[in-house]
Amino acid sequence: MSAASVLGSAPSGARNPDPRRTTRTGRRYDLGHVLGRVLLYLMLAALLVPVLFPVYYVFAGALMEPRELSSFPPQLAPTGLHPDNLLGALNAVPLLRMYTNSLVMAGIITVSQLLTSALAAYAFVFLRFRGSAVVFALFLSTLMIPGEATFIPNYLTLSGWGLSNTYAGLVLPFLAYAFGTFLLRQSFRQFPRELYDAARMDGMGHLRFLWTILLPLSKPALTAVGMYVFITSWNMYFWPLIITRSTEMQTLQIGLNSLKTGEAANPGLLLAGAALSVIPTLALVIFGQRFIVRGLTAGAVK
Amino acid sequence: MTSGTAVADVHPQNPAPPRRRRRERGREATLAWAFLAPSVAVFALFLAYPLGRTVYLSMHGNDIIGRPNRFVGLSHFAEMATPEFGGVLLTTLLFTLGVVVPGVVGALVVVLLLEGVIRGQRLLRGAFALPFAFSVASASVIFSVFYSPGNSVLNGILYRFGLDQVPWLTSQEMALWSVCITTVWMNLGYGVLVLAAGIGSIPKEVNEAARIDGATGVRLAWDVTVPMLGPQLFFLIVISTINALQSFGQIHILTGGGPVGSTTTLVYSIYQYAFAYGTSDFGRASAQALVLLVVVLVCTAIQFGVLERKVHYA
Repeated sequence: MSAASVLGSAPSGARNPDPRRTTRTGRRYDLGHVLGRVLLYLMLAALLVPVLFPVYYVFAGALMEPRELSSFPPQLAPTGLHPDNLLGALNAVPLLRMYTNSLVMAGIITVSQLLTSALAAYAFVFLRFRGSAVVFALFLSTLMIPGEATFIPNYLTLSGWGLSNTYAGLVLPFLAYAFGTFLLRQSFRQFPRELYDAARMDGMGHLRFLWTILLPLSKPALTAVGMYVFITSWNMYFWPLIITRSTEMQTLQIGLNSLKTGEAANPGLLLAGAALSVIPTLALVIFGQRFIVRGLTAGAVK
Repeated sequence: MTSGTAVADVHPQNPAPPRRRRRERGREATLAWAFLAPSVAVFALFLAYPLGRTVYLSMHGNDIIGRPNRFVGLSHFAEMATPEFGGVLLTTLLFTLGVVVPGVVGALVVVLLLEGVIRGQRLLRGAFALPFAFSVASASVIFSVFYSPGNSVLNGILYRFGLDQVPWLTSQEMALWSVCITTVWMNLGYGVLVLAAGIGSIPKEVNEAARIDGATGVRLAWDVTVPMLGPQLFFLIVISTINALQSFGQIHILTGGGPVGSTTTLVYSIYQYAFAYGTSDFGRASAQALVLLVVVLVCTAIQFGVLERKVHYA
């Protein structure tokens, strides 16, 4: 499957004027048409309510009074803004420390994958070397290996190096990933060859060209990769669960589970913890959606 | 170079004595390997080597803390011919179907309905995409509150409508589907984004031509839009299947594989053998990890072989 066919253009339903508008200008609204539209919106609403309800409830529940949550049937809206659950969650587990851990882990992985991917993609696009196509195929094939098939040996390797329960142990297996290389390669290939030739002609070295010209001009692709990598590593669960032991080294995602298994399985604390944990990625999804779409859909070759 | 201007005269397309060119080629190859080195190092250490070591571990028995201490050949694989492991595979299959089918169909219905919306389409699509922001852990924690037997939010809603209570996570029949519902909710946003990107790339002329031919509403969606979405649907089915096969967090948080093993999928079984019982049975876990690897590869291959032939590429 060619990536270009799936990458296509960004979703542009709103930008492309709906063709119906042009054909509809002369048409009168008949009853069937109106009923059709009513039905359409009813169906959309029927789907949207269950999709948005958990999003709403995690924040509503986080702000409820503990007793509002423990009544049956449980209340669906808070009577006011009560900080009890949020404070409770912060006290029940070292949530701020876990926030930092997640941020450090996702940050290091993101920066490292951007660097390693950019270098590798540069080699595939701009440098000639024997076996380039074979090496690229090998890179892509790594994407088919499920992480779970490598976690046990990786756990043994890193424990053997004394790195379990450390930041190094959390990030080392993920410092490079072929997905970013693949996506940046797509983007680099569209770079005007004339510009590259001109820069080389002026005696510019490869590294300087990469750093001062290519990367600044590839910001959309870098942002797409960066956001994708950040969200997926921020949300990682299996690896942080097995490689960390102490609560001080656990990531936010593992902390959420600790809230659940902790002494008081209190729904308010759970919702508060989930609400706090989801704010950064929710902001990325809301404000960076067009970059995320690019990162997601480019994975079509995966 | 397209035009033979002054640039072409100094361009290294033809000049440069052969020896110098060869040296430059050599330098370029060296630099290429230097640029590839960081990625190759990580892949070698944390992907290739572990695969080999998984094979090694799968053929060895181990002591209580997981050190391999005897060669057992293929007996870990032979041991899999039990009803228990068959049950694990069946659970994995049901879970995968229960996640992929509603997830893909749901995302398709959403984007097709959104096509009919004229104003506010972007906003609505964004709303449907919101669950993508939720991690496995946060989604599972939220749904654990929804499902909790004590004061289940969902049962509360059913109660208000005068409906029967549902034993979401406590019944062997229901628990797997409850985990599926959580997973479908988490994945829907992703599916909507992928398919919406596909719809955005359908040439306008295609829809217009169909409309001139009198196709509207459901006919237009089913006969024109859906076939044009072939590549994205195909991609979504493959990715959803692979993700479903690797699902772990929602099972770990919601059910712990229970009740009575009714939600123990292959990945969860690997986790239990390797890390959960305190026995560190890395041998058996590694054998199952290889089964997982083969299942994932076979699924990908089948889907590429069977589905891709039916896909219309625009």
